[in-house]
Amino acid sequence: MKIKAKGERRKAEGSDHGSPITDHAVANAGRRRFMVGAAGLTFGVAAGLPDLLKSTGGTAAAAAAKSVTVNPWVSLAADGTVTILSPAAEMGQGSRTALPLILADEMDADWSKVQIVPAPPNDKLYGNPQFRYLQYTAGSATVTGYFNNVRQFGAQVRYVLMMNVARQWRVPIQELTTRSGVVYRDRTEQSISYGEIVAFAQIPAEAPEIELEPVSTAQFRLIGKDVPRVDVAGKTNGSARYSIDVQVPGMIYGAILREPVDQASPDRIDDAAARAVEGVIGIVPLPYGVGVLAETPWAAFKAKNALKVTWKRGARGWGYSSEKAHAGFAAIAGDPAMRGVAWETRGDVLAAMKKAATVFEGEYRADYAYHAQMEPLNSVAAVAPAGDAAEIWCGTQSQTIAVTAVAKALGIPESRIKFNDMLLGGGFGRRGNRDGEFVVDSALMSKAAGRPVKVMWTREDDVHAGRFRPLYVNRIRAGLDASGRLVAWHHRVVSDNVLAYADPVRFKVSKGRDNIAMRGTELPTYALPDRLAEGLSQATGMRTAPLRAIGVGQNSFANEVFIDELAAKLGTDPVQFRLGLLDKTPRAARARHAIEEVARMADWGRKRPGRGLGVAYLDYSGSQLAGIAEVSVDRASGAIKVHNFWCTIDCGIAVQPDNVIAQTESSIVYGLGLALSERITIEDGAVKQSNFFDYQVPRMRDLPEMHIKLIQTRNHPTGAGQMATPLVPSAISNAVFQLTGVRLRQQPMLPGRVQLALAEAASRPA
Amino acid sequence: MSQKITTTLTVNGQRHTVTALPDTPVLWVLREQLKLTGTKYGCGVGQCGACTVHIDGKPNYACLNAIKDLAGKSVTTIEGLSPDSNHPLQIAWNAEQVPQCGYCQSGQIMRAAGLLSGNPRPTREEIVHYMSPNICRCGTYIRIVRAIERAAKEGA
Repeated sequence: MKIKAKGERRKAEGSDHGSPITDHAVANAGRRRFMVGAAGLTFGVAAGLPDLLKSTGGTAAAAAAKSVTVNPWVSLAADGTVTILSPAAEMGQGSRTALPLILADEMDADWSKVQIVPAPPNDKLYGNPQFRYLQYTAGSATVTGYFNNVRQFGAQVRYVLMMNVARQWRVPIQELTTRSGVVYRDRTEQSISYGEIVAFAQIPAEAPEIELEPVSTAQFRLIGKDVPRVDVAGKTNGSARYSIDVQVPGMIYGAILREPVDQASPDRIDDAAARAVEGVIGIVPLPYGVGVLAETPWAAFKAKNALKVTWKRGARGWGYSSEKAHAGFAAIAGDPAMRGVAWETRGDVLAAMKKAATVFEGEYRADYAYHAQMEPLNSVAAVAPAGDAAEIWCGTQSQTIAVTAVAKALGIPESRIKFNDMLLGGGFGRRGNRDGEFVVDSALMSKAAGRPVKVMWTREDDVHAGRFRPLYVNRIRAGLDASGRLVAWHHRVVSDNVLAYADPVRFKVSKGRDNIAMRGTELPTYALPDRLAEGLSQATGMRTAPLRAIGVGQNSFANEVFIDELAAKLGTDPVQFRLGLLDKTPRAARARHAIEEVARMADWGRKRPGRGLGVAYLDYSGSQLAGIAEVSVDRASGAIKVHNFWCTIDCGIAVQPDNVIAQTESSIVYGLGLALSERITIEDGAVKQSNFFDYQVPRMRDLPEMHIKLIQTRNHPTGAGQMATPLVPSAISNAVFQLTGVRLRQQPMLPGRVQLALAEAASRPA
Repeated sequence: MSQKITTTLTVNGQRHTVTALPDTPVLWVLREQLKLTGTKYGCGVGQCGACTVHIDGKPNYACLNAIKDLAGKSVTTIEGLSPDSNHPLQIAWNAEQVPQCGYCQSGQIMRAAGLLSGNPRPTREEIVHYMSPNICRCGTYIRIVRAIERAAKEGA
């Protein structure tokens, strides 16, 4: 079956629909073929769909219907409203807009008539293919993971609508075309809007599988245009709803004094002072702490602070000190007898290292880091008095994980839980852990109270029971041949385990490979025939989680500072050295462009008095990035000031180009804090910091001038939400070296550490 | 501090009689009693600015002002900043697509409104200095600056 292709139609329409994507010429858009394939998706109603989707299914005519559901993602109303379900959590990254936009583009819908509804928890229907169909928003993997499927769904809807019109008008479908929510038959000047089709639409039992135009040539109508994000307006007038804003009739408030160390449970509880606080309703002993129920949040917080609890001393984390941990991790990293789990291996690195003319070694460290999302963790639950059903409200990076965790905690089937999807006041990896502890809180407290409860963590709770980016020691050995060519690369990563703690389910299928700790060691665009990256994740008893840029944030720092050290030892320009490492693949060609362009933007070769420049490059899940920092150092205080940061990013097709820029700005600011000031310390297993006065995140005055260039290429879209973060510490460290000759090998580069490094360098004989 | 008091607050031009513990920060009264949830809790100690409201016309921290001290004072929240979300700053915030997670933005806008009411044409340095008490963890700072500059230029 052949019909007039959308690409041709758009081409004929002229330049106003032309793609802004310019890097590659748009080749002639070929005809699209529609195939009814066995692999097609089932149309119609599936279990667990919200009411709005429970309309017609099968092939029954929908003459009486006010709306039809074409597939579990799209519902079309007679008034033309197109309801598109958005499966991803919205935490500021723009996914709630991006996925429906992709679908609407392929469906050729009128965007002004699109209404976006959060998809209900359902891994099978709404899971991200990249996470084995887990409905989990993380890894900057939403657009890249859902892209093909969402395009397919949109194309199917458009095709089914055209098929219905063809039948109704008794014309061949090939004579029909669409423009922004209307089906046309141009030769007779007939037209009908999508909404009008509802009255006679028949939905096939099985979806036709439609051959999509490849991204290299597809002409997009909404993708690539800066369509405003749908969540922005509500975020400028106070009407945007986060779970902390939820109020339900009869609701009371909960606060929980949590165990200071994971798996330490309450031993003795003295709640006399807490009970004396006016407004306190009850004290709830929990396996992991002591809860307070109260009439108001303030009474709950006051009573929580008045609790006197001693904790059982059996947990692994007691006695742990982050100050001492680096030495222990370094000993493991340096002990070749301790073998790790191979993350990536090619060739025979040990043999290649033996043959190398020179071997260099470097060691890099990082402290624990805290997410510091602006909305402290919280949730609301209303558990039925009989305990056999519950309604929950929370902002989570995984709707299905939240439901499963609550069902498990209450000992009831998942089908008995109604989930309300709320906006997230920041995620950064903190709200996707498998145990869903911050939603289990309100479920257990509501069950104890027999009425709805909102449990809020104070900022201090959020820090003290934080789940951190782990502490790291990275050790890299590199072998060079007699000509100075890099021939062997051995990267050993010692950190607390992350995936095993944050997500035991995913860890089980990972065969012991800690994806969260190890990502970023790969160097996919470098020509390095013999290499090994191995992970030595340690069970320290510390609470860990993915944190923006996950392992890449530290592993790339180790890579890029070490590469800079190699370039310096060889007397090669750091930009040229990196370009020289790139292999001949198309992916490396994109890397080359990103690096060359950032060097051009920063005027890399120009020396600036009192300032240093440093470069970093990164392939992050296929997105190509390069960054250059311009810094000065206050030698008295050791404080580093970043004056300028240049950055290039090529993430393939940019669905919302300005949002890619916004996410890159955001990633740079986040990286600045991790690079310079953010540090969690732990003594006797407990977190020392409490709030923003002792955990310092970047403020407006700390910002460099940011110069960001989006390089748009006709590749499958890759991630944008966190990719620039790892560039920042690397580029800053390398810039400080250019300025002072001193290497900073630990994140964060605190003023005291910089002072010490400068003093050590000064006392060393020249 | 242990017995509730009843006091009258003026919020967004309307008088409200509320009962709470006297040291209760007005933040919780606004959010949970008056259901004005646009004002956010971020740190509780005046370190992040997510709870910024105007008290007698000046930006202040709702988390640090107890209700016992607010009798006779006038509080303005994001919900009361403009009748139709059409304050020049709100328009500019949309135009620059400032918010990401959005949680801090009510506080940012209220602080920026305090800046412009005293200094309608701030320099970039003045903006950065004035806005630095407010944290945005998504790092939307550069867009906040641009939105304030836009509002100063296009505003009333």
